[in-house]
Amino acid sequence: MHITETAPERHVLTVTVDNEAGILARIAGMFTARGYNIESLTVADVTEDHAISRITIVTNGPPHVIEQIIAQLDRLVPVHKVADLTDIGPHVQRELALVKVAGVGEHRIEALRLAEVYRASVVDATTESFIFEITGAPDKIQSFIDLMRQVGLVEVGRTGVVAIVRGKEAS
Amino acid sequence: MAEKSGADILVDTLVDQGVEVIFGYPGGAVLPIYDAIFEHPKIRHILVRHEQAATHAAEGYARATGKPGVVLVTSGPGATNAVTGITDAFMDSIPMVVITGQVPTPLIGSDAFQEADTVGITRHCCKHNYLVKDPAKLGAVMHEAFFIATHGRPGPVVIDIPKDVQVAKGDPSAAPVSSHKSYRPKTSARTDEVDAALDLIAKADAPIFYTGGGIINSGPEASASLRRIAELTGAPVTSTLMGLGAFPATSPQWMGMLGMHGTYEANMAMNRADLVICLGARFDDRVTGRLDAFSPDSTKIHVDIDRSSINKTVAVDLPIVADVGDFLEALCAHWEERQMERRDLSEWWARIKGWRATECLAYPEHDKLIMPQRAIENLFNATRGHNPIITTEVGQHQMWAAQHFHFDDPNKWLTSGGLGTMGYGLPAAIGAQIAFPDALVIDIAGEASIQMNIQELATATQYRLPVKIFILNNEYMGMVRQWQELTYESRYSSSYSDALPDFVKLGEAYGWTGIRIEKPEELDAGIDAMINTDGPVIVDCRVAKLANCFPMIPSGAAHTEMLLQADEVSGKMDDEAKALV
Ligand SMILES: Cc1ncc(C[n+]2csc(CCOP(=O)(O)OP(=O)(O)O)c2C)c(N)n1
Ligand SMILES: [Mg+2]
Repeated sequence: MHITETAPERHVLTVTVDNEAGILARIAGMFTARGYNIESLTVADVTEDHAISRITIVTNGPPHVIEQIIAQLDRLVPVHKVADLTDIGPHVQRELALVKVAGVGEHRIEALRLAEVYRASVVDATTESFIFEITGAPDKIQSFIDLMRQVGLVEVGRTGVVAIVRGKEAS
Repeated sequence: MAEKSGADILVDTLVDQGVEVIFGYPGGAVLPIYDAIFEHPKIRHILVRHEQAATHAAEGYARATGKPGVVLVTSGPGATNAVTGITDAFMDSIPMVVITGQVPTPLIGSDAFQEADTVGITRHCCKHNYLVKDPAKLGAVMHEAFFIATHGRPGPVVIDIPKDVQVAKGDPSAAPVSSHKSYRPKTSARTDEVDAALDLIAKADAPIFYTGGGIINSGPEASASLRRIAELTGAPVTSTLMGLGAFPATSPQWMGMLGMHGTYEANMAMNRADLVICLGARFDDRVTGRLDAFSPDSTKIHVDIDRSSINKTVAVDLPIVADVGDFLEALCAHWEERQMERRDLSEWWARIKGWRATECLAYPEHDKLIMPQRAIENLFNATRGHNPIITTEVGQHQMWAAQHFHFDDPNKWLTSGGLGTMGYGLPAAIGAQIAFPDALVIDIAGEASIQMNIQELATATQYRLPVKIFILNNEYMGMVRQWQELTYESRYSSSYSDALPDFVKLGEAYGWTGIRIEKPEELDAGIDAMINTDGPVIVDCRVAKLANCFPMIPSGAAHTEMLLQADEVSGKMDDEAKALV
């Protein structure tokens, strides 16, 4: 006997929740308990009174699983709203990464040149290393990191995706 | 307003919520609350003998009355013992509020004596939970908890209260009492949804109502509307285990339960239907059998209060998020407004008649042994005049009870469906009997299951509850043995109930009356004696040891592949089938 799975789709969800103790565990735990994937998850409170947090979750799964994920999120008591940005349409996705590169000579010059192309800025430098800060869509960050691998990548920190729908409406 | 202790605020909110009974067990971390309810004029505390039983008793109380059940237990082991019942209530959508004590706030996280991360442990097995750190907020949280437990899809809510918060004083009027600031589940169907459903019903040639526990949860009005729409449409009605009683078994339109141990006619009708109207049920794997063969040619309407139940396992054509009761009322009203004509379903009923002719619930009789099905049938016949409340444990006896005991009213059948918890029946019967002291409440049990909460005999004795336990004693964990026969060539690994106690003497030791029934000719007299004996009675009914529960859809098989009798069992299964639960 073998276990089979269907092809996944990537979806970006935003979840508006009460900013209360345990909310993140509730959401992350729901994903693990039901076997759903989390590619990235970011959270911060977004209202003036700090009462509401916005969580951005990048997940993947076949369409019926995505529908279930949304319904399961929606069913949690502290969840106000779930929006599937992938489904809604055009939206902006951004992520920030800090990328540490070590090297001397050619590698060091190449790293700087690539950083310029990718509009990454230098936030720390020694004679043997740089830390670059880069923001952008996740695939841009990924390709920057892939390039840095060839010129002395030491360490990467990524924030995970935040996203928002284009145009004047709220998602 | 004057300041009050957390414990007093808590008790006040219980009174405000109209709570009359709580089921619980004391301990260090809830002593302040226990003191606040000591000799309380309005709130009765039922002392169980194990916290799991408190939760099942609360479930039984809730299922029988429609009101939320309330549980009070201490921190650590008290809370962890309650987890099974909390999960059970979550799976079966039973409204329940569970109050757990917690170590004092400054000690949280220090592995203090009897500390457990109750909120963490219960987070995914309850509808919502709270750790309350401010007595002034306790009142609001309590009201919110009752609101959440009883609105939308009902379920258990856990409130963890550190001991210092129970003792400290706060001004309850500081935090306003609220329902919940944002939780407002959609409960009414839109007119266009109701009309779309009616249009489908109006042109169906082979419709079937597939109903579930949601109808019971919605309240007696939902059952009444179901009866009405069945009458208007003339369509057959089947139900899940959880929905039994919502539609009268005496109706000619009643098809019996569907699913794994459902009737042949219900499963065949589901398979051949052109329209399935699913009302407050959730296409559970015990109901659908093999998914790709489940009701393949039907249009499906699914009405459920929980959006996540819709399209979870079976894709439906008309999803409607609503309370089934509201929906059914609107459906009946629109039917009448639009002066719909009942469609001629005689051809459909003729086919159903053909399936019914298999008499799938027939069983071989025996003159020396009591067949378990016979025991249930006679129990049903002897007690039906009393309109009893029946609870069950889990196993073959549960399925035989579902097949051979018939219900005409909701809230009379209390069983653990989703979680399938052995040990549910006795405490649930206690909870129901507390709510209805004069009712005939019978736990139909297995000799293995009853031992899981046997200590509750003492609870019934203490509160003089005339609960009856009817054990179908087959000396086996029969359901496990049945699966071993089906799947593992009868290798009875650990399924024999060895070293059984003498249940008659055991009952007597707890102050119960014990009755043993051993031969078919003793059956009716034994049942009568049970009914007519005042006070609690435990009946050890010795039944045929190797009887199996049929019909049965083996897991992973289609509705059309029902095993009707034991001779169809091969004893072997491939790995795919073995891997299914
Ligand atoms: C708490 C718990 N443990 C294990 C099981 C698995 N299980 C299902 S039925 C069953 C046997 C029940 O035996 P008994 O109560 O004698 O009922 P019978 O099937 O013989 O009627 C078992 C062990 C369960 N449902 N619940
Ligand atoms: Mg047994």
